[in-house]
Amino acid sequence: MNQFVTRAIKDIFKNGYLNTVAVTTIALSIFIVSAFGLFVLNTNDMITAWKKGIRIMAYLRSGISNEKLVEIEFKIKQHDGVQDAHFISKEEALIFLREKMKGQSSLLEDLDKNPLPDAFEISLALSLKDMTDIETLAERIESIPLVTDVEYGQVWLKRFVNIFNLFRLAAFGMGGLFFMASVFIIGNTIRLVLYSRREEIEIMRLVGATERFIKIPFYIEGFILGALGGLIGIIASFLGFLLVSSNIFQGISSDLFMIRFFPSDISLGIILCSIFVGWLGCYLSLKQFLKEY
Amino acid sequence: MMERNEKAAIIRMFHVFKRFGKKNALVDITLDIFKNEFVFICGPSGAGKSTLLKLLYLGETLSEGQILIEGVNISRIQRKKIPLLRREFGIVFQDFKLIPTKTVFENVALVLEAKGKKSSVTQKKVKSVLRIVGIEKKLNAFPPTLSGGEQQRVAVARAVVGEPKIILADEPTGSLDIVSADVIIDLLDKFHSRGATVIMATHNESLPNKINGRVIHLREGHLETLTAGRQD
Ligand SMILES: Nc1ncnc2c1ncn2[C@@H]1O[C@H](COP(=O)(O)OP(=O)(O)O)[C@@H](O)[C@H]1O
Ligand SMILES: [Mg+2]
Repeated sequence: MNQFVTRAIKDIFKNGYLNTVAVTTIALSIFIVSAFGLFVLNTNDMITAWKKGIRIMAYLRSGISNEKLVEIEFKIKQHDGVQDAHFISKEEALIFLREKMKGQSSLLEDLDKNPLPDAFEISLALSLKDMTDIETLAERIESIPLVTDVEYGQVWLKRFVNIFNLFRLAAFGMGGLFFMASVFIIGNTIRLVLYSRREEIEIMRLVGATERFIKIPFYIEGFILGALGGLIGIIASFLGFLLVSSNIFQGISSDLFMIRFFPSDISLGIILCSIFVGWLGCYLSLKQFLKEY
Repeated sequence: MMERNEKAAIIRMFHVFKRFGKKNALVDITLDIFKNEFVFICGPSGAGKSTLLKLLYLGETLSEGQILIEGVNISRIQRKKIPLLRREFGIVFQDFKLIPTKTVFENVALVLEAKGKKSSVTQKKVKSVLRIVGIEKKLNAFPPTLSGGEQQRVAVARAVVGEPKIILADEPTGSLDIVSADVIIDLLDKFHSRGATVIMATHNESLPNKINGRVIHLREGHLETLTAGRQD
């Protein structure tokens, strides 16, 4: 095995220019795809955080008996996507309002009757992905008897999520495109190396070398190119991330949401993917080349 | 007599034909080559000498007939097993076929590495063979820096390092001066006397005089004279 690795490394240095181009291509592809990926990852985090904050308020007709309340609560909780429903009596609501409007409370003090309705505050399960799901849920809750009205904020989020989904699609598309481009470049590099060494390959065959013996160094070469490109790409992405996050995006982070880099398993996955690219490029060109010569 | 020959025959060819399109390169060749023989295949250029050697190591596939090597019908050998057949042979070419980017040592060691030999074994074996062919001082030289005679000595070293049963030499002296040619012939004779079967193709009719071997003549793909039995 050792001799194969030595042979592969020697080859990489012998074809320094070609291999530099190959590694750079992979690294650059990973950098660009990572930039998109990081945008998608963080935006997704942000949307999740916002969604967590979304509540549906279901307002009730006044003077509902306790049994009825239990029934309504049960009905609300029956719906998919409802995580919890918390009853807020109109008294509690008023106290909350007074608390909020301290200083101007004279406005409320004069009230001889509580104008607020009883309500259920409904928190949503994170499984609710689309804003349309939230809309449907709200409509269903509204149709429960004795519920007079529902309210949920952040309608703008719907638009935002739609745009975001487009971005995510674009990120996947670009990922696929760069993947293919990288496979092509690596495949081409290996093919050129193979071509420059077809005489050597012929001689190896004549002295009884198996196809496996001939192929292994090329696979190792593809592996090293892929791993190197992946590593450099990820490191470059991380440095870029540090630069951008420390300057521009600091303002966006909050308690609910922290801007972040890929977790280690995804980073590792990207490098593995890059190694796979190296292997695949190698596999394809070897398959073609050894058939021809 | 026949029985004894069969036992000793390392290569048997039965009515072998090789065609390239309409061209008949070899026509109805039936031939036995015996263990530890030194066989010259003589004939003018284009007679089919190289083609005959190629058929043996499956560099080409025959069009008709059968070839048995150590009793194995080589047409039946699977593609994947061809390298194993090639290891039965050591091959020397007119144009040496050394890898120019590898050192003398690496060129010879390649054979043993391909067989998966341990590197300590390889080191020892390669050095000893290079000593026998008298090129041990140029271990780390690259082939293009060597003379033709030296390169062919390296090629002979490569051919014998795996201790093959059969050495095939296709015009091994064809591009060498007389002195270098004699060295190569002597080397092949040396490995012949150590037990190898040697088959040498040459268009030089006087070459066989130097060595006590069997001479087979090829002309336009036909076997001209068949001297049966051994002459040693
Ligand atoms: N790959 C090939 N394709 C077509 N014709 C070939 C091929 N190899 C050899 N021949 C023809 O077969 C004949 C024998 O060739 P070869 O065995 O090389 O002769 P020799 O080695 O005796 O000079 C020649 O006429 C040559 O042109
Ligand atoms: Mg020839």
